[in-house]
Amino acid sequence: MAACKDSASAIAVPEDEVSTPTPIPTPTSTPSSTPTPTPTPTPSNTLDSPVKQIQIEGLVVLKIIKHYQEEGQGNEVVQGVLLGLVVEDRLEITNCFPFPQHTEDDADFDEVQYQMEMMRSLRHVNIDHLHVGWYQSTYYGSFVSRALLDSQFSYQHAIEESVVLVYDPIKTAQGSLSLKAYRLTPKLMEICKEKDFTPEGLKKASIGFENMFEEVPIVIKNSHLINVLMWEMEQKSAVSDKQELLNLSSSNHLEKSLQLLMDRVDDMSQDIVKYNTFSRNVSKQQQQKHQYLQRRQQENTQRQTRGEPPLPEEDISKMFKPPQPPPRMDTLLIAGQINTYCQHIKEFTSQNLAKMFMAEALQGHNVLKKS
Amino acid sequence: MSVYGPVVKIHPVVLASIADSYERRNEGALRVIGTLLAIFRTAPLSFLNVFFDFSCFYFIFPPEVAVDMEFAKNMYELHKKVSPSEVIVGWYATGFDITEHSVLIHEYYSREAQNPIHLTVDTALQSGRMNIRAYVSAQMGVPSKTVGVMFSPLTVKYVYFDTERIGVDLLQRTRTSPSRSKGLTTDLEQVGSAAARIQDMLTTVLSYTEDVLSGKVTPDNTVGRFLMDLVNKVPKITAEDFESMLNSNINDLLMVTYLANLTRAQIALNEKLICL
Repeated sequence: MAACKDSASAIAVPEDEVSTPTPIPTPTSTPSSTPTPTPTPTPSNTLDSPVKQIQIEGLVVLKIIKHYQEEGQGNEVVQGVLLGLVVEDRLEITNCFPFPQHTEDDADFDEVQYQMEMMRSLRHVNIDHLHVGWYQSTYYGSFVSRALLDSQFSYQHAIEESVVLVYDPIKTAQGSLSLKAYRLTPKLMEICKEKDFTPEGLKKASIGFENMFEEVPIVIKNSHLINVLMWEMEQKSAVSDKQELLNLSSSNHLEKSLQLLMDRVDDMSQDIVKYNTFSRNVSKQQQQKHQYLQRRQQENTQRQTRGEPPLPEEDISKMFKPPQPPPRMDTLLIAGQINTYCQHIKEFTSQNLAKMFMAEALQGHNVLKKS
Repeated sequence: MSVYGPVVKIHPVVLASIADSYERRNEGALRVIGTLLAIFRTAPLSFLNVFFDFSCFYFIFPPEVAVDMEFAKNMYELHKKVSPSEVIVGWYATGFDITEHSVLIHEYYSREAQNPIHLTVDTALQSGRMNIRAYVSAQMGVPSKTVGVMFSPLTVKYVYFDTERIGVDLLQRTRTSPSRSKGLTTDLEQVGSAAARIQDMLTTVLSYTEDVLSGKVTPDNTVGRFLMDLVNKVPKITAEDFESMLNSNINDLLMVTYLANLTRAQIALNEKLICL
């Protein structure tokens, strides 16, 4: 018991303090999207992480949906903590609680205390109080940000198996629940640990935007009692079945996605320009150094022939200060985010193409009848 | 004094939460009680959307009842930080009947909220089904002599947000699989399953029509009118117009796909170049 409490307190401090302040400052602009974690192309059984599958209870899903619906209108992200336990290679998430929005006026709001109190109270009613991850809502798929990375890193550092659940309410409203679980790859964990974000560092770790995050498959599991509840609700609820999934209008969604994509690409190109100037500077400097050395040598040989003492060797490095290499982490994040946008768009378009063909079939019948 | 009309609207989150806390109750505890929170939506207070709840502890060692009120207060405070607009409106208990203890607890809750609602959820499935009922207390008896409290029932309705309904749909599907679990499907599969559902519905309608035509079933005018509406709903567009609309839409989608692929290839290339 004591051990759990310690680990809980250890975790409570870093991630939430990191995560909550940073996303909020950009409520009106398009949320700063960082590279989106791309699911590794390998299937789940070759993941070498300790967690191969996530099992979520229906209750958690409903709670997350409700939290966003109530508190998350607008561009702000809603966040919360996931509770559960680890069983063999599965991470079971059995409950969650939401995290209050971090507003500017109550800066003395103690998030850590809130968490500790929550967990203590939940333990009272026999709810699993082990922190196993956190969830966040996203806007059109733009969730890969520095903040997310930092938070997930501190979580994963503290608890090996933690995940971040990303809930996309807009995609869900279009017809199918969009909930994805991500973890940082071990390589990325290494880099974050070293805090070495220079190009050489990244090259050494050979990390590309593709292997930043790994997606873990999710399975929803309900207890028997909840199943009974489901049957009961099916009987009683008179909600009509709206088939939003078959909605044909797509232009609005496409426009927004493309807009976000363009913004990211702009950022990316700026970043590339910076990197290019840096490398040009480096090579120019090399040249200058080389020339200087050569001149020095020539002079020295001349002097020797004349019998004068050679000029002292000056400290070259002090004369030619190497330019600062730009940090590559942001570029990586942007690249990943662009990747996620592209995937998102492709999923969307494939669905819509299918719907278009169905509509054609429906109309084709009509046309035949008329002619 | 606000009196709630006869309708209480509940969200599925509440029921799932109640069922979950029932499953997690302590050894020996036969019932679980908890607080109900809700948001008042519109001015006429006859509708109340019950949103959330948390359970507190309830020991039933008859005849004493000990309820952990401190805990309930704490949880409510914490919860208010997240959603400041939710207020206590009542309490719930698992189990079929209303006992004498309920009256006591109800009295406590009437201090917290005006005219609290009492919800019972029969998780022990005593009557073979999970009955969910709501009550409001009413005074009865002879005033100034013997006064009692009676629980009068309210109608319970379930409401969903759109996104909630989609979530519930997915959860419903776990009923049919033997391991009570269901993975999340990919996108084309989803379109496929939605189309399959529509196909099922159309088959039902078709079989009905055929039955009517062959005289097996007596025709019903209202159903017939619905069917006519249905058929007329398919928009009548001339073939050329439809072709052009379809083509332009498909072109848009294809172009966007192409651009997405191109962008992705570009950034992959950029990555390779940097790492040279």
